[in-house]
Amino acid sequence: MDFEETAVKARAFSYFRAATIDQALDAHARAGDDARFIAGGQSLVPALSLRLQAPRLLIDITHIAELRGIGREGAYLRIGALTRHCEMLTEPLIAEFAPLLHAAAPFVAHPAIRNRGTFGGSVALADPASEFPAMTLALDAEIEIAGASGRRRVRADEFFIDLFETALQPGELITAIYVPLFKADQRFVFDELARRRGDYALVGCGMLATFASDRIDDIRISFFSVGNRPTRAKAAEAALIGFGLDAEHIAAAQAALAGDLAPPENDEVPPAMRLHLARVLLGRLLGRLGEGA
Amino acid sequence: MRGFDETLLDEADETVRVRFVVNGRKVACEVAPRETLVDCLRDKLELTGTHAGCEMGACGACLVQVDGRAVHSCLMFAVQADGARIDTIEGLTDSGAIADLQAEFHRRNALQCGFCTPSMLINAYELLSQVAQPSREQIRDALSGNYCRCTGYEAIVDAIDAVAKARSAGGAR
Ligand SMILES: Cc1cc2nc3c(=O)[nH]c(=O)nc-3n(C[C@H](O)[C@H](O)[C@H](O)COP(=O)(O)OP(=O)(O)OC[C@H]3O[C@@H](n4cnc5c(N)ncnc54)[C@H](O)[C@@H]3O)c2cc1C
Ligand code: FES
Ligand code: FES
Repeated sequence: MDFEETAVKARAFSYFRAATIDQALDAHARAGDDARFIAGGQSLVPALSLRLQAPRLLIDITHIAELRGIGREGAYLRIGALTRHCEMLTEPLIAEFAPLLHAAAPFVAHPAIRNRGTFGGSVALADPASEFPAMTLALDAEIEIAGASGRRRVRADEFFIDLFETALQPGELITAIYVPLFKADQRFVFDELARRRGDYALVGCGMLATFASDRIDDIRISFFSVGNRPTRAKAAEAALIGFGLDAEHIAAAQAALAGDLAPPENDEVPPAMRLHLARVLLGRLLGRLGEGA
Repeated sequence: MRGFDETLLDEADETVRVRFVVNGRKVACEVAPRETLVDCLRDKLELTGTHAGCEMGACGACLVQVDGRAVHSCLMFAVQADGARIDTIEGLTDSGAIADLQAEFHRRNALQCGFCTPSMLINAYELLSQVAQPSREQIRDALSGNYCRCTGYEAIVDAIDAVAKARSAGGAR
C-alpha cells in the first residue's frame, strides 16, 4: 500500500494562535501561500491528515473575540464567523431572525462535528454539497471579508464562483455573515435527500419567499449537491413570481429546473437521476411552502 | 499575546508545551503541533479509553468532551486544546456520571468488542444532558456519526432509551 495515499498523520507545521484579526492577517501575509487559517478544523484537519494539504503554518483564529457573537445590526443579523453549527440550533436570535439556518442546521454533519464546525469555515470552504453556503444564497446574505486592503462586503450571489472557489483572496478572512432579518410576510422551507442522516445530501434545497396575500412576491430558491457550487434556481423562481402556489405553477417551476441545474457526470448518481430528485424535492418543498411551511 | 514571529516557521518539528485540565487534573505535555489530541491522550497521557479508528472524522470512535462538548479528538490538534478542559471516558467513569448508562449497556449487550463503546457513552451522556426524554429517532440521530461494527445499534438505542426513562422516572439527576 502506498503510505502517502493512506497517511492519516499530518505533515509537520508550525502553529500560531492569533488574538486579533490583524495578527491573523499579518501572520498569513508573512508565511505566504503556505499558511492556512484553522477554525473548527472539521474539514481542514482531515485534509491535513490525508495530506491533501500540507501548509507550513496553521493560524488558529478561534481565539479572536471579534469573530464571535450574533447580534442585530440595522436590517441585518450579524453572525460572527466563529458561530458553531450547534449554535444555529440553540441561539434564539437565529431562530427568530434567520430561521432558515436553524432549519438547515440539523442536517449538517453529526452532533460532535456541529459542536466544533463554524459557519465562517463552512462558507469559506464553499463545499458544493454543504447546507450553509447554499442557504446564504437563499437568504441574500452578505459575507464580510477582512484583508490587506481593509474590509468589504460581498453578496452571496457574487461570492461562490466555482468548485471550492470563492471571492476570498488568499490570506483573506471571513469575519461575519450578514443575513437580512426575517420578516412577517416571509416563509421558508428546507429539506434534503440523503442516503443516511448526517451524510452529505444527494440533493438539497432551501428557499425563502415573500408573499403578498397568497401570491409570491419574491422567492429565492437555492440548491446544493447539484454541481460545482451552490446554485440558485432562477428559472424556477421566475416561473413562480406573481402567482399562487397551485399545482400548475409548481409543475411549471419543476419543469423550469432543467434550465437551472446541470448536474455533473457521476457513476452513483447520474445527472438525469439528480435532476429528477431535485424536481421531486422542489415539488415537495413548494407544497409545504404553500401550506404555510 | 505576542504578534507573529517569523522564526516560528522554521520550528515545525519542535515540540511546544501545552497545558490542559484532563479529567479534573492539571497536566502539561510536550507535543509537536501536528500531534492530534487523540494521539496525545493515548500516547502521552496513557488514557487509552479514547480510541483511534479512521483518524479522519468518519467513525466517531475518538470522542472526548472539550470544555463540556463532545468532539472528535482526531479532528483537533493537541495545541488547539491548550488551556481547555478535557474529559475522557476514564474521567466520566470515575465520576460516576455515566454509571447508569454503563450498567444498562452491559445489561442489554449494547457492546461486543467495545471499540465504539466509549464514544457511544459520551454521545449518550451529552444527548441526555440536552434532551431529557429523547425519542428513538432522536437517539439514532445523535449516534449518526458513530459506527458500530458489532451490535447493529438496536441494543445501544434500547439502552439509552431505558436510561432516559429511568432517569425521568427517578426525578432530576
Ligand atoms: C464526518 C464529517 C461529516 C460532515 N458532514 C457535513 C455535512 O453534512 N454538511 C456540511 O455542510 N458539512 C459537513 N462537514 C464539514 C463541517 O461542516 C465543517 O465544519 C465545515 O465544512 C468547515 O468549518 P470549520 O470551521 O470546521 O472549518 P475548517 O476545517 O477550520 O476550515 C475549512 C477551510 O476554511 C478556511 N477557513 C475557516 N474559517 C475561515 C474564515 N473565517 N475565513 C477564511 N477562511 C476560513 C480554512 O482555512 C480551511 O481552508 C462534515 C465533516 C465531517 C468530518
Ligand atoms: S478516529 Fe476520530 S472519527 Fe474515526
Ligand atoms: S461493539 Fe464492536 S464496534 Fe461497537
